[in-house]
Amino acid sequence: MSATVPPPPALEAIGLRKRYGREPALDGFDLTIAAGTVHGLLGPNGAGKTTAVRCLTTLTSFDDGTAAIAGVDVRRDPAGVRERIGLVGQFHAVDDALSARQNLMLFARLSGLSKRRAAERTGDLLEAFGLADAADRPTSGFSGGMRRRLDIAAGLVLTPAILFLDEPTTGLDPRGRATVWQAVREVAAAGTTVLLTTQILDEADQLADRVSVMDHGRVIAEGTPAELKSRLGGDRVEAVVADVSRLADAADAIARVTDAAASVDADTRTVTVEVADGAKALAPVVRALDAAGADVDDLALRRPTLDEVFLHLTAPAARTDEEVAR
Amino acid sequence: MSAALRPTPARGIAAAPGLRDRRSNPLREGALIAGRDLLHQVREPWGIVFGLAFNIMLILLFAFLFGGAIEVPGGGDYIAYLLPGMFALAMLFGLESTMTAMSEDAKRGITDRFRSLPISSASVALGRAIADLGNSTLNLAVLMLGGLLIGWHPTTGPAEIALGVLLLLWLRFALLWVGIFLGLRFRGTGATTAVQVLVWPIGFLSTVFVSAETMPGWLGAIAAWNPVSATATAARELFGNPTGVTSGWLAEHAVLAASVWPLVIALVFVPLAAVAYRRLRK
Repeated sequence: MSATVPPPPALEAIGLRKRYGREPALDGFDLTIAAGTVHGLLGPNGAGKTTAVRCLTTLTSFDDGTAAIAGVDVRRDPAGVRERIGLVGQFHAVDDALSARQNLMLFARLSGLSKRRAAERTGDLLEAFGLADAADRPTSGFSGGMRRRLDIAAGLVLTPAILFLDEPTTGLDPRGRATVWQAVREVAAAGTTVLLTTQILDEADQLADRVSVMDHGRVIAEGTPAELKSRLGGDRVEAVVADVSRLADAADAIARVTDAAASVDADTRTVTVEVADGAKALAPVVRALDAAGADVDDLALRRPTLDEVFLHLTAPAARTDEEVAR
Repeated sequence: MSAALRPTPARGIAAAPGLRDRRSNPLREGALIAGRDLLHQVREPWGIVFGLAFNIMLILLFAFLFGGAIEVPGGGDYIAYLLPGMFALAMLFGLESTMTAMSEDAKRGITDRFRSLPISSASVALGRAIADLGNSTLNLAVLMLGGLLIGWHPTTGPAEIALGVLLLLWLRFALLWVGIFLGLRFRGTGATTAVQVLVWPIGFLSTVFVSAETMPGWLGAIAAWNPVSATATAARELFGNPTGVTSGWLAEHAVLAASVWPLVIALVFVPLAAVAYRRLRK
């Protein structure tokens, strides 16, 4: 192979369409993931994230479009694709009646490793994911985080060109989530390409190099987490005013100093503004409130929630911006 | 040899692509999945234990509670008549456990996990078939030993006995594919319950418990043509037990019927199971 030919992307999907009955689950889905990166696919329930993952991993057929994993066409060579992917589905899919070691041995041997190499690989993965001590216990006694780590390890037996993680932290407690995040970081640090679907903005923010936001079967925005957040209206500053009669004055003062429209909620005595950089905006807001003589009970800086990001992106005005930007 | 079969030194979570040592082979993969299915059953044996206990209960119920009131046309001891029928019925009931195991794996995402691996598409069903045939052999052995304890015994030579056992397992093998098809196609708990109920009329509308010759003509005809009856009658004949069949086509051709019926079932349901597996992609 000549050095001038760039390697194919780890994943490339163009115009995927998939219908269930009349309902389109994928409606012109495009996605390109460069090798060695972690890509977040963010969207609400029913946006088509799982359908996209199932189509890309050969589990589900699609009606139209093309997709390739590391240059191997998903439709023409599904067997070749299966040799190059690891899939960790939404449900815990290792056998509870078996031990962690037995589960990994099964996946390793099914993937075509000899008994000796399967045992080596299993040992290495158990070690790498902190499961060596629990290796020979049935997984039914595992915590949620341990199960997901075992799931992820099972997806890595052949060191795939891309690892698919479909909502890996759904249903986990905060500690379980933290250990799974750590596992994903380690996988990424080793250079494995990852496609991660999630409903949680913070998760995509923490783990992904790039994020695609998905709705109604299509990608509606894409960029680095920082790019997306600034495009999505950045942070929110919220001030709860002590005296409801001072609410309008406080809103004026905040709007003037942040140069943004302030929204007011009289019931909760709250003034909210969207700012590009929350940390920088906070001090001027405090000074402005002080100057206006408006006492506050509470002053908070918070990130946009997925709901807000999503509402912003699907609002008609935002959609026009998005199209202009293209 | 293809470059894809080179070994890799990858350790832990590695960036280098891991490469397989062996080409995909449905029999090897089927055997690995069967190993997992059997290990699963060893770890969670209650389904099998209850299934077996249930068969033993039925035998005791019919042998001692109803048996005294049942006469076998053509003469002969009822327990000797009943047991080969019960063996055939156990082969029919095995259909349920195959279906349940298949739909459980599909529901829990285990089947999808297998489908995402670089293995032959036949190996998941093949693994289930090998595992279930294995535990049915064990099940049959336990029932036969139990039968010996309550007075049933074959009176023929080892060749005939072996052929009888083979024909029983042959029926189980054919019905396996019905279970695999149903488990892949219908995954709700409702479907499993429906099958658990429907095997009863199919099992009873046969010559398992009573001879077809004691039934009204039309009902007897249905019972005689039931594949379970063919296997039961052939097994009785081969074990040297009373068959309860004194005339008609089945009296002469039970072994043929017990060979052909399962073949027909397999010829219909193996392709249907393959289609159902492919339909998982829809």
